[in-house]
Amino acid sequence: MTDADATSPFLRVRGLSKRYGSFRALEAIDLDVARGEFVCFLGPSGCGKTTLLRMIAGLDRQDEGRIELGSVDVSTAPPADRDFGIVFQSYALFPNLTVEANIAYGLVNRRTQRARVKARVAELLALIGLPEQGDKYPGQLSGGQQQRVALARALATSPSLLLLDEPLSALDAKVRTRLREEIRLLQKRLGITTIMVTHDQEEALAMADRVVVMNRGRIEQVGTPEAIYRDPASAFVADFIGAMTFLDATVEGEHALRVGAVDLVCEGGRGFIPGSPIRLGLRPEEIRVGNVAPGDVNALEVRVRSLEFLGSFYRARLEPSRDLGGGLVADLSANLSGDLGLAEGQYLYVSLPPKALRAFPQTSAA
Amino acid sequence: MAEGAPAIPLPAALPRALRRIPESAVATLLIALLCGVLVLIIALPLGALLVKSLEAPSGGLAGLDNFRTYFATPTLVGALVNSLTIAGLTVAIVVPLAFGYAYALTRTAMAGKGLLFAAALLPIFAPSLLSGIALTYILGNQGILRGLLMGHSVYGPIGIVVAECLYAFPNALIILVTALSLSDGRLYEAAAAMGTGRLRTFATVTLPGARYGLVSAAFVVFTLVVTDFGIPKVIGGQYSVLATDAYRQVVGQQNFPMGAVVGLLMLVPAVIAFGVDRVIQRRQTSLLSARSVPYEPKPRPGRDRAFLAYALAVAGVIVATYGVAVWASFIRYWPYNLALTLDHYDFAGADADGWSPYWNSLAMAASVAGIGTAVVFCGAYLVEKLKTFAAGRMLAQFLAMLPLAVPGLVLGLGYVFFFNAPWNPLNVLYGTLALLAINTLAHYYTVAHVTASTALKQIDPEFEAVSASLKVPFWRTFTRVSLPICLPTVLELAVYLFVNAMTTVSAVIFLYGADTKLASIAIVHMDEAGTTASAAAMASVIMATALGARLLLALVNRGAVSRLQRWRRREA
Repeated sequence: MTDADATSPFLRVRGLSKRYGSFRALEAIDLDVARGEFVCFLGPSGCGKTTLLRMIAGLDRQDEGRIELGSVDVSTAPPADRDFGIVFQSYALFPNLTVEANIAYGLVNRRTQRARVKARVAELLALIGLPEQGDKYPGQLSGGQQQRVALARALATSPSLLLLDEPLSALDAKVRTRLREEIRLLQKRLGITTIMVTHDQEEALAMADRVVVMNRGRIEQVGTPEAIYRDPASAFVADFIGAMTFLDATVEGEHALRVGAVDLVCEGGRGFIPGSPIRLGLRPEEIRVGNVAPGDVNALEVRVRSLEFLGSFYRARLEPSRDLGGGLVADLSANLSGDLGLAEGQYLYVSLPPKALRAFPQTSAA
Repeated sequence: MAEGAPAIPLPAALPRALRRIPESAVATLLIALLCGVLVLIIALPLGALLVKSLEAPSGGLAGLDNFRTYFATPTLVGALVNSLTIAGLTVAIVVPLAFGYAYALTRTAMAGKGLLFAAALLPIFAPSLLSGIALTYILGNQGILRGLLMGHSVYGPIGIVVAECLYAFPNALIILVTALSLSDGRLYEAAAAMGTGRLRTFATVTLPGARYGLVSAAFVVFTLVVTDFGIPKVIGGQYSVLATDAYRQVVGQQNFPMGAVVGLLMLVPAVIAFGVDRVIQRRQTSLLSARSVPYEPKPRPGRDRAFLAYALAVAGVIVATYGVAVWASFIRYWPYNLALTLDHYDFAGADADGWSPYWNSLAMAASVAGIGTAVVFCGAYLVEKLKTFAAGRMLAQFLAMLPLAVPGLVLGLGYVFFFNAPWNPLNVLYGTLALLAINTLAHYYTVAHVTASTALKQIDPEFEAVSASLKVPFWRTFTRVSLPICLPTVLELAVYLFVNAMTTVSAVIFLYGADTKLASIAIVHMDEAGTTASAAAMASVIMATALGARLLLALVNRGAVSRLQRWRRREA
C-alpha cells in the first residue's frame, strides 16, 4: 500500500442505509477500504454485516447512500458492472460442472481462447493446491477443497475486489484454521483488496488488516485487531471480542474508583470522569492470580466458586469476600493453576491491575 | 491489480451486441411476457365467467338476479345439495381408507410396498369415467355382482360415491403418504424411551403429525368430487349434481349465465380448500427440521401381516375394478357372450370419428407436455430466481397458483365465455387443438409450477449471485446449470402434463370442435350412445398410453438421465 492509495480509498461507502419493514438492517454506514487491504466485517448474526457485503456486491440495493469502487460511483450499478469475485459459505459450486468448468465459468469459452482459458484454469488449480482435481465434480471433493475451488472461480476473472461471505463457517475446525491461513497468504500474494464477513472473532483477529465490528446495523468500531482488542470503543466490542466481566462502579476521583464496598485505584483519563457512574470492564486474562499479597494495589480476597477446564487454561469464577456488586472471572494457565494447587472453595488473593480497568458509559448495552 | 494473476480481458471479449443489452431489461421483459401469458390463459377466462354470471340470459346486466333465480329453483338447488352429499360421503369413506393404506406403506414393514403403492395409483392414469364404466359392468343392470346392492340401482348416488371413491383414492393417498413420511423418527424414540404405549404414541405423535395431511386430503377429495363431471355423467342416472347441471345449462339449454352461476358455485369449495391448504402448508413447514431423522419402521410380524392383508384387499378392489373394465372391452357381449374380441377397438362402429379422437388426444397431450413443460419451467425460474420486477414476479406467482382453486369444468366454462366471445380476436382459436392444449396447460398449471419451483428452490440461491459476479448473464446459467440440474424434474413435469392431458374430460368438454374431438370426450359420447364396450375400450387405450408414458419415463431415468447426471454420484 502506497501513500497515494491511502489518501484515496479503493472502496468508499457513505451513508448506506437499508430497512426491511420496520427493521433497520443498516443505518448510515460510512466506511473506507484501502487498496490491497484485508478487512473483516465482524458481528453477531443479524448485525447487518452480510447485508453490507451484498450491497457492496450489488446483490441487494440500499435505500440510501453511495458506494464508490476505485472512485467510480457504482451505487446503482448491477453486480455484473462491479468488478468483484465472491465466495459464499455454501460454496455455491455448480454441481453438474467439473471443477475445471466451474473455475472457467466466468472466462469466455470461445474457441480461439480455449487454450488461454485452459492455461488460466491450470494456473488457478495450482494456486489453490489442487492441480490434479480438475476433472472431478464438486460432490467428489471435501468441503475444504470445494471452498478452494470456489475461491479459484472467484479469482479467475482477476477481479479487483474479493468478497468472502462466511467462507469458513461450514468447515471443520481443523480445516478452517488451515484454510484461513491459506486464504490470507493468497490474498497477500495477489495483493487483492478483500472483504470477509464472519461472526468468528478469532478468525477476524487472525486474518484481517482491519476489523469492522458491527452491531444492530451500525459500525461500533473500526481498527486493527490489536487496537480493537486493547482499546474497545464500547462495552459491546469489549464483550464481543474476547471476554469481559462488567461491574457497576462510581468514579470517586482522578485515580479512585468505588465498586460496591471496595475502593480501587485506576489510571486517570480513559473515560474515568470523577463523579460519574460507569460500567467497569475487566478481561479475565488480565486479573492477576498468584503471588498477590493482601497489601498489593487493588488486591482482593476471593473464594474460587468454580473452575472450568478449557484445555490450555482454566477459567475460574471468583466470589469476592467483600461486596463488589458481582463476581469476577479470571483465566489462568494450566501451569499456574497446577502451581497454586487451585481447587473449588479455596480462598486466595487476586489483584486487579489499574492498567486492566476500563470504563464504559453506564447506558451502553453489552 | 493482482500481479500474480494475469488478467484475461473478459468483458471486452464478449460479443459487443450482447453486452449492450442490459440483463435486467431482458429479465423484466421475460417476466412481463410470462405475466401476459398467464393473464390471458387464466385470469381473463375466469373474469369472463364472473361477468357472464351477472348477465341476463337475453343479454344485458342482470346483477345478482341469476343467483336469485338459481336458489329459487328447487331442481337446481337439489343438484347443489346432491353434490355436497356425494362429496361429503366420499370424503368420509376415502380418507380413512387411504389413511390406513398410507399408514401401511409408511409405518409398517409389510412386504411389496412399491408394488402396492403403484397399484393404488392406477386410477390416476385413467379418465375418471372409467371407474364409472367399470361399475356398470360389475353392479349395473347386467352386472356380475349386482346382488350386492340388494335391489338398489347403481345408477345414482350409490354408483357415483363408489366410483368417486375409486377415482379419488390415489389423490388422498399421495397426500397422506407424504404427510406420514414427513415425521421425525426421534419423536418415536423419545416416546419409546418414556415407555409410551403404542396406542398412546399413535394418538400423541402419529395423528398430530398427520393432522394437516388429513385435512388437506379431505379438502382435495371434496373438491375433486364436487367438480368431477365424468362419473356422474356415466353412472349418475337421473341424479343430478353441479357438474352435470353446468353441462346441461351450457350445452343442453344454451343458458350461459346460469351455467356461469353453477360454475361459480363449484368454485366455492375449491376456493375454501385452497385457502385451508395454504394455511396448513405454512404450518406444516415448521414440523420437520433439517435435523429430523426419518422414521424407519421395524418389523412386527402380526401388525405387518394385518396391514398387508388390508392393503391387498384395497389394491385388489382397485385393480379388479379397472381390470373388469379392460376385460369387458374385449368381451363380445357382456355378460351373455364372454368370447374375446377386438371388435370394440374398431371405434368406427361406435363413433363416426373412429380412432381420430385418440390421435387428437395424443397430439394435444404431446404438445402440452412439450410446450407446457417449457413454459412452466422457464416461468418458475423467472419467478424463483430473478431479482428484478418484483411486482411482476408476484403477479405471476399468484396467477400460477390460481388454477389449483379452479375446477376444470369452471375453467372450461371461462374459456367458452372468453374465447368464444364475438368481440375477442382470439376467437379464431375456438375449437382448435391449440386452444384445447392451452386450456389443459392452464388447468394443470399450478401443480406443475409448484413442482418446478420446489426443484429450483433446492438449488443454491447464490448461483445467480456468483454468475453475476462472473459477468455471466442469467440465461446462460439457466441453460448450463439450473436446467441440467433439474432435468429429472423437467421430465417428471412433462409426464405429469401428458397423463393429465390424456385423461381430462371436464375442462375440454366445452371446447372441442368438429374435427378436434378428444378420446376422453369420445368415451362420453360412446357411453351416451350405449356402446359401453367401445367406451371402455377407448378408456383402456388412454390408460395404456398414460401408463406407457410413465414407464417410458422410468426407463429414460434409468438410462440416459443417470448417464447425464454422473455428477450426482459421490465417486468418479
